[in-house]
Amino acid sequence: MTMISTRESYGRTLVELGRENKDIVVLDADLAKSTMTRYFAQEFPERFFDCGIAEQNMMGIAAGLAASGKTVFASTFSVFASCRCFDQLRVSIAQPHLNVKIVATHGGITVGEDGASHHAVEDLALVASLPGFTIIVPADAQEAAQAVRVAANTYGPFYIRCSRPASPAIYGSDYRFTLGKAVTLRSGHEATIVALGLMVAPALEAAKGLAEVGIDCRVLSMPTLKPLDEGAIGAAATETGAIVVAEEHFEHGGLGSAVARVVGQTHPVPLAFVAIKDTYAKSGKPDELLKKHGLTAGDIAQQVRQVVGRKNWVQY
Amino acid sequence: MSRDKILNFSVDEMELVAKTLRRHIVKMIANAGSGHPGGSLSAVELVTALYFRFLRHDPANPHWSDRDRFVLSKGHAAPLLYAILAERGYFPVSELSTLRRLASRLQGHTDMTMIPGVEMSAGSLGQGLSFGLGMALAGRLDDRGYRVYVLLGDGECDEGQVWEAAMAAAHFKANNLTAIVDHNEQQLDGWNRDIMNLEPLPDKWRAFGWQVTEVDGHDLAQIMGALEAVQGIIGQPTVIIAHTVKGKGVSFMENNLEFHGRAPNSGELAKALAELA
Repeated sequence: MTMISTRESYGRTLVELGRENKDIVVLDADLAKSTMTRYFAQEFPERFFDCGIAEQNMMGIAAGLAASGKTVFASTFSVFASCRCFDQLRVSIAQPHLNVKIVATHGGITVGEDGASHHAVEDLALVASLPGFTIIVPADAQEAAQAVRVAANTYGPFYIRCSRPASPAIYGSDYRFTLGKAVTLRSGHEATIVALGLMVAPALEAAKGLAEVGIDCRVLSMPTLKPLDEGAIGAAATETGAIVVAEEHFEHGGLGSAVARVVGQTHPVPLAFVAIKDTYAKSGKPDELLKKHGLTAGDIAQQVRQVVGRKNWVQY
Repeated sequence: MSRDKILNFSVDEMELVAKTLRRHIVKMIANAGSGHPGGSLSAVELVTALYFRFLRHDPANPHWSDRDRFVLSKGHAAPLLYAILAERGYFPVSELSTLRRLASRLQGHTDMTMIPGVEMSAGSLGQGLSFGLGMALAGRLDDRGYRVYVLLGDGECDEGQVWEAAMAAAHFKANNLTAIVDHNEQQLDGWNRDIMNLEPLPDKWRAFGWQVTEVDGHDLAQIMGALEAVQGIIGQPTVIIAHTVKGKGVSFMENNLEFHGRAPNSGELAKALAELA
């Protein structure tokens, strides 16, 4: 199987969009060779601005370009796009609701060896707190390409988190990404695994293993973190009675928190969270880090058994 | 479609406008019970020269694509911007009395989504020059020929992002971008030199690659000369460092730090209006 990273897919898609729409402008902060905006830079040098190692200024320039009618893509690593630029995202982009598409690569801990300073584990929580931002975390290259295209054609601020490692295809060629909609990748009635980004593949693997021992799991891919597909989550709670959320992010403020907010208000069921606990990861190979921090298919399967076991704890 | 609506006021006529703006500013802030008179009053002549002599804009069509842009980066001087926009007909002067009230379009710090003529939502200092640079680059890409003016506070120049933007504007040779620094030498906690020394400020801008002019920021003839000169500069951005007095025009507010961010009470308002009669 061909392995393609979501950032590679982003870079290629950006070139196609650049050919179709002359109002697309791309900014980077001295990471074009890593975020893959370099492809756009090569073909459209006049519409590409490398802002140097000054991410806050880049976000401000993006806002000014957007306020002048441009569709702006601004890229850097996820840690810098969110943590370093939070006030610029808030005041220059979110409050005026400008048409800036932040495509942040190197999300999560699969950045690997660069270590804690480069592990984006708070970005989804930060950006999700900003009104009006649409947040997408694609699960594979095809979904990334479609999400980037949807962002280009939908007015408003977007945060798209891409990943560093090449990853396997999740979807077939007939897949169509729909903004704000969950994707049921596997049906099931005993529990639901909700996952996004690189955690979708281990979620499917976990469900497959559980099926072999007679636990029938639904798998929901949740590419759009915000606005959240509350209907799909409500249905999962009602129909399967237990939910495990898997994400490459801190357990505070990401997909797990969002799912808990919906479930707690609509149809309370046992929940479990496969996420990074309240500590920073260290240097290591991506697979080693995922294992160390409990983000593997085995960890997800274990949490499914645990929530299924809790299904009858609470009597109403 | 829109047409250039450049006014051609004389210095004497603009002096009268400036006095009117100062009256609006002190009345608005007194009425609101809070706000920032000092840094609004110091920049009155700078903004008057722009809106009554230089800006190509059309109050009836505030989103005209080819308009010159005025970006107020020091967002706490919002009362000054509202006053001049009202005087130029963007909205009724009577609306000025709603400043900072619930449901008013006149937010404490500017909100570009709420009122015509406001180009940027500001308030968190240091972000306007980057924003203005983005506008300038867009204008160049589309070959629109407009100019972007960004008004910065001197205290605001403490912010690192200002210098990131300064470096980038020179690198991108944004000669359609003009920064104006309202150099009143004071910031909330005290004199610039005591809180965070900026000097030599002109040398800093020059070292970052900008064409620098210094003017008396209350002398309309000097301001007009500087604004005229920036139109012809090729290949680099321009900055006008305007030496001003915080609280200018109201004797007891001038160089009085207390009025950086305090509204005049009713007695003080009466005294201020008497001075501005």
